[in-house]
Amino acid sequence: MLIAESILLTIATAATPLLLAAIGELVVERSGVLNLGVEGMMVMGAVCGFGAAAMTGSPWIGMMAAILAGVLFSLLFGFLTLTIATNQVATGLSLTLLGLGLSSMIGEAFVGSPGVKLPTLANGIAEIPLVGQPVAGLFNWLAGIPLIGRVLFEQDPIFYISIALVIGVTCFLFHTRAGLVLRSVGDNHASAHALGTNVIGIRYLAVMFGGACAGLAGGHLSLVYTPQWVENMSAGRGWIALALVVFASWRPLRLLAGAYLFGAVSIGQLHAQALGLGIPSQLLSSLPYLATVLVLVLISRNRRLTMMNTPASLGQPFVPDR
Amino acid sequence: MRFELVKRPQHSKLFSALSPFIALVLTVICGALIFAALGKSPVDGLYYYFVEPLLEVWSLHELAIKAAPLILIAVGLSVCFLSNNWNIGAEGQFVAGAIAGSILPVMFPDFQNAFVLPLMLLMGIAGGAAYGAIPALLKTRFGTNEILTSLMLVYVAQNFLDWLTRGPWRDPAGNNFPLTRRFHADAVLPELFPSSGSAHWGIVFALVAAVAAWFMISRTIKGFEVRVLGESPRAGRFAGFSAKRMVFFAFLLSGGLAGLAGISEVAGAIGYLQPVISPGYGFTAIIVAFLGRLNPLGIVAAGLVLGLTYLGGEAAQISMGLSDKVARVFQGMLLFFVLGCDTLIHYRIRLVRDALTAKRS
Repeated sequence: MLIAESILLTIATAATPLLLAAIGELVVERSGVLNLGVEGMMVMGAVCGFGAAAMTGSPWIGMMAAILAGVLFSLLFGFLTLTIATNQVATGLSLTLLGLGLSSMIGEAFVGSPGVKLPTLANGIAEIPLVGQPVAGLFNWLAGIPLIGRVLFEQDPIFYISIALVIGVTCFLFHTRAGLVLRSVGDNHASAHALGTNVIGIRYLAVMFGGACAGLAGGHLSLVYTPQWVENMSAGRGWIALALVVFASWRPLRLLAGAYLFGAVSIGQLHAQALGLGIPSQLLSSLPYLATVLVLVLISRNRRLTMMNTPASLGQPFVPDR
Repeated sequence: MRFELVKRPQHSKLFSALSPFIALVLTVICGALIFAALGKSPVDGLYYYFVEPLLEVWSLHELAIKAAPLILIAVGLSVCFLSNNWNIGAEGQFVAGAIAGSILPVMFPDFQNAFVLPLMLLMGIAGGAAYGAIPALLKTRFGTNEILTSLMLVYVAQNFLDWLTRGPWRDPAGNNFPLTRRFHADAVLPELFPSSGSAHWGIVFALVAAVAAWFMISRTIKGFEVRVLGESPRAGRFAGFSAKRMVFFAFLLSGGLAGLAGISEVAGAIGYLQPVISPGYGFTAIIVAFLGRLNPLGIVAAGLVLGLTYLGGEAAQISMGLSDKVARVFQGMLLFFVLGCDTLIHYRIRLVRDALTAKRS
């Protein structure tokens, strides 16, 4: 029982950064922009979050710094692809390359230094005067529910944010006027422009949202998942998040399933390594990447599904004619 | 005030030629700012990065060693990118080529004669091409996005190499170090001018590949096919060109060249397999390809520039105590500026006063 509980807990922790980065990228792609720089924004979020937390001692400030780093980095991408209409694929790649380089330069000072871990939501609340203690007590009591108690009530705040974001994005995209406008920009930017929609402005907002989510995902890596700084610590998670968006066929709720599936694969392989089943650890470490390829193949085999959901203007630069 | 892009009726020849140089200048300026921000003298920094490595003969040899894989890979990638196939897994194909090419000297060390080296190079090309064929097959057969699959396969190849060098291929006489046995004399790629430095035949392969690719792209019908399918798949279909065949052509060519780069690096510069054999050549080559404006001859120059950043990084670390990570920042910035400057080829930038404010005034 105890083991099952802690495995569920670690799966949720491993899935959260994937889910965060993917939900951000989903909104970006729904607006017709393909940002391949998720990995770069994520790793920048991780290093800036870690650095800010280590210098101030506050993991909350660290998280803010992570989000800020993601947004700033995404603006770089936005300026190039939206304002001066560069190729989105190449620009996204360069964002990733620059992010990996810049983060390892900034992070060199932090290698090996002790990290600051973000407290669980319950422990965070407990620090609020007056109402804090009783609410935290309630959380701790609920965490006693067998099997699912700890997964639902003994998590870091970012976990709850990630779930809330998925629900929020679903409501936004499919149940609000603004969401409809964003999807129209992604599906046909020329028509949207003709209707008087500010295509570039909306895409800027979407790209910044994606940057904030990727930055937060990076902050989760370096402040919750493994509270330390390791060079290239995103280890391809940004790319897996991109694959998850395709897997989810641009639907937020399906992302939830995808991210937790991948969380389970990456935790499962760690447990298999610990058990020492005689399977080479390198093969097990490759499993999340192989699973990504497999899942992409299975999804893309179904042409109708992908054709119907892919935003029609995805990856095409837009220069308004006046 | 804001600026807007105005499409040029024809792309600008002037900026086609100038944009890589503008990008380089901007990178150098930003580099100087980074040096200043790190509390080092920008003049010294730029000197150690871009001048010092060019002053000594042995150092020029090192430049050739670093530039060779970059040029080889980037030449292949240029054909991919021109035909709109986004192979970003060259790093994996590099590793696959190195592994396939090392089968003979590692597993059959007693097979020693003049045929070993040519066979190794061919096997390296085949290994890289076969590994590049996987995303091509998935793209043509199932419509799977080649960007993601080719990248995922990089991690798989790196893990496989790690397993080989720590497991079955580890040198039994190597004191448990994760290295394969050292290649025997017949399996080593010879040095070009042993008296002056250690540059090996890799740079010759790179130059030959670049000239051959240049000829192919600019003077043959196949090159025309590459460009037509890249710029307008629909026009390509009307011309009777097969987009699927082009996917395979691009991936097999770039995979093969990356594989050749891999086995050349191992047989030339390193001399055995180890868990990590590349400082990110496969990814840096993407920058090389764009800096060379996807023209194989431009890529030769771009490969030398990016190779210089690797050397400069080492030099600045030794002489100034500057982190060698700065080199990767340089490389990333360079690609940004190249892409930004390329906009000038197709658009003019016009400063306009905002319509609203203009009306009011």
